Amino acid sequence: MTYSTFEIWLIIAILGVGTFLIRFSFLGLIGDRPMPPIVLKLLRFTPVAVLPGMVAPLVLWPAATGGVPDPARMIAAIVTVAVGIRTRSAIWGIGAGIGTLYLALWVFAIR
Amino acid sequence: MTTSTVKAPAKSAYWAGVRDGSPFILMAVPFATLFGVVATDAGLTVAQAMGFTVLVIAGAAQFAAVQMMMEDAGIAFVLLAALAVNLRMAMYSASLVPYLGAAPLWKRALVAYLNFDQTYITSVARYEARPEMSVQDRVSYFLGVATPITPLWFIMTLVGIMVGSAIPEAWALDFIVPIMFLAMVSPMLKSLAHVAAAAVSMIVALALVGLPSGTGLLIAAGAAMVTGALVETWIERRKA
Repeated sequence: MTYSTFEIWLIIAILGVGTFLIRFSFLGLIGDRPMPPIVLKLLRFTPVAVLPGMVAPLVLWPAATGGVPDPARMIAAIVTVAVGIRTRSAIWGIGAGIGTLYLALWVFAIR
Repeated sequence: MTTSTVKAPAKSAYWAGVRDGSPFILMAVPFATLFGVVATDAGLTVAQAMGFTVLVIAGAAQFAAVQMMMEDAGIAFVLLAALAVNLRMAMYSASLVPYLGAAPLWKRALVAYLNFDQTYITSVARYEARPEMSVQDRVSYFLGVATPITPLWFIMTLVGIMVGSAIPEAWALDFIVPIMFLAMVSPMLKSLAHVAAAAVSMIVALALVGLPSGTGLLIAAGAAMVTGALVETWIERRKA
């Protein structure tokens, strides 16, 4: 790394302010003014529109295996989703997913 | 749940948030430690690494920025890449407006500072499940979710800087994040429209995985939102 101290702090400061402005943007500017129904309808899908896309590449091509699909990780992902849907609880999903991951990694390791 | 008395709600909403945010300690502890290790290895001072964690407070973007700084990328590229990774949070910000828009400006600013994947998803799931929550309760709940995660995120970064040794690969830390996110989102798949949105999100994101810094994800998220809204409209029409 060859940046000067000033440059490093400049990067940190701009990232800090920029990230805050991204997060504050709509919440800060719109406040309690009403939004059009079509926008509200679109926004209700935000969580299910962002997270699956964020996770899918990590599940199919994990960085830890150099991008090679890994059965242990894939099984853990499927169990997490199944338990999450079935129990309607994130906590049970996390527990089942992590348990399955370690169990599957162990099983595939001794095989 | 029983309807609570007049004065208790805000406080109990806060503690419900603390409870629901606690599982994320599992994620915050190893990743904050890892960031401390990576940042120190990259050559950042203690103050700079802590500055990153406290001011930016966004795991993926912090790692992306430090990674590019290690490669001596131009400053503009470092900034663009890391901010692009965070752009999805503009969608989070917009989707919180119907729930928190009526809160005082300083509270909205505080929520904005703490608005990251875990706090956002957990809170929105609660707001959707309980439409009767007051704005004050919603803010309290959000701050409650952030309470167990945020201080640990700061402290464990410092621990990582001090200890400075990598975490064993056998812990498969890379996969704790996907599991957490999958577990958070699956209970929200409560209609055909939600399932369709999630499917489109995955397919488009996988197809565009080669695009830099999460731009593929933004396109995927946009396409998924439109899909969800269209399917929902279609189902409503068929019922009518």
